Amino acid sequence: MSVRLIWRKSLNAFMLSLTGLCALLTVSALFFILGYLVWNGGKDLSWNFFTHLPAPVGEPGGGMANAILGTLKLLLLAALVGVPIGLLGGVYLAEFGGRTMPFLVRYTADLLNGVPSIVIGIFAYALVVIPMHHFSTLAGGFALGIMVIPTVLRNTESFLRDVPPALREGSFALGANKWKMIATVVLPAASRGILTGVLLALARVAGETAPLLFTAFGNRYWSPGWNQPTSSLPVVIYTYATGPYEDWHQQAWAAGLVLLGLVLLTNITVRAFLSRGSSYERI
Amino acid sequence: MDSAFPLMANSGAAAASSSAKIAAHTPAMTTPGASTLRMKVTKLNFYYGKNHALHNVSMDVATNRVTAMIGPSGCGKSTLLRTLNRMHETLRHTRLEGEITLDGVNILTLDVTRLRRMVGMVFQKPNPFPKSIYENVAYGLRINGHKGRLDDAVEKSLRRAALWDEVKDKLHKSAYALSGGQQQRLCIARALAVDPEVLLLDEPCSALDPVNTAKIEELLFELKPSCTLVIVTHNMQQAARVSDSTAFMLNGELIEFSPTGTMFTTPSDPRTEAYITGRFG
Repeated sequence: MSVRLIWRKSLNAFMLSLTGLCALLTVSALFFILGYLVWNGGKDLSWNFFTHLPAPVGEPGGGMANAILGTLKLLLLAALVGVPIGLLGGVYLAEFGGRTMPFLVRYTADLLNGVPSIVIGIFAYALVVIPMHHFSTLAGGFALGIMVIPTVLRNTESFLRDVPPALREGSFALGANKWKMIATVVLPAASRGILTGVLLALARVAGETAPLLFTAFGNRYWSPGWNQPTSSLPVVIYTYATGPYEDWHQQAWAAGLVLLGLVLLTNITVRAFLSRGSSYERI
Repeated sequence: MDSAFPLMANSGAAAASSSAKIAAHTPAMTTPGASTLRMKVTKLNFYYGKNHALHNVSMDVATNRVTAMIGPSGCGKSTLLRTLNRMHETLRHTRLEGEITLDGVNILTLDVTRLRRMVGMVFQKPNPFPKSIYENVAYGLRINGHKGRLDDAVEKSLRRAALWDEVKDKLHKSAYALSGGQQQRLCIARALAVDPEVLLLDEPCSALDPVNTAKIEELLFELKPSCTLVIVTHNMQQAARVSDSTAFMLNGELIEFSPTGTMFTTPSDPRTEAYITGRFG
């Protein structure tokens, strides 16, 4: 073998190992985090963790049932606020509008996506908390809902654009008007992708702490109502992890594990659902 | 190679039977009265933005006949077809001058959704919806407000499109499970379900093999007594086989419009002759 060939082959082997290593590092980051959480939080995870309120300071045991329920309530509110706006906005971008308007909307949505979550929190504080004079679940859900909008919007738009134009023509040719065409052909054809986007957007905001710090605030007990402060997993993790007690730290690990489990479960379910494929792509 | 012979025999048979049928209909074509006109295009000019796509086109579409449009790519035949049910309105920056009538009524005065129910369309590539076979056929009825079961209407349309026997046991399977030719016949069934007076076909066989092409052509004959057909085709033999009258278009102009027998034997315009004898296009 010539020197040149040896050089080529070794360079090839080197680059192959380098790219492989980086791919491995990406994957291992998740498994490292997951493993660390299971190692530290797993032993504190028991049935009580899901069913009981936090124990008073100094007492062992207790759970985070209120934080788990709080997070679910906040996500429900976020979905109620963010999904209709994002979805219908996405329909507008993909199906209606000329050139300038969609461009502006798209650009603004991307900017909104880049707004730091703490700023969204301040916004919700000014708009909801101050007029109501107290922290509330509603304010937290509102803040998360705003964060959901741009993701759902852009995702809906891109999946709608993937629907073949021939399907739209087919519907028009049978006497459908534009809205009927969208509702009966385009949205059903893109429904899987849109639903996936919605669930991923919700999974993403499920872990947000900053927007909740001064909106949903926190609560040691069950939240008495939608207009009262509520506990949530990310805020509990933040409070407990920075607290002075050793058993709080343990509980924070467990809460982190539950939160990650929630997000991973959503992700995996969604991807399994999506892998069955959107039907029009199987032509 | 063995399979080539049945194919040729098949299309040959189709051609033979079609020329017999053309001959049978030709007398009617030579005496067109006002009562036999389904659609009439008068001095139609059409623009895509600044592009003048159709120049002063006038033609008649006879009731329960097959009218074919031929011509090289970009000559405007598909554009003309799409103006007949105002599908051009789905595009931006188009402008139409002149008049198109359906049963004597200017189509621009009709509600566009009603017009498209009366003038259906089948496209070049089969475009079934990502729904079941049943729901594809029922679609046109459903969007017009029919609720509940439409079994009879679906069966009738699938029978008219000569697809019923092939799909009756899998009506609730996805339409994408069908072959290309079956999908195209499904699209025809879907268009027939709303019982259109006119069916526009935009190169319906260009994505199909000869066997499926022959099936569609056969279908056109079966539909003729109940429906007026207008077909755009790239394939001159197809126009000769299936149509009663043929329009030859070139650069947005209607060069010649005459009974198919005349067009393919004694064309009056030298450009038509040049095209059908294969000297260009």
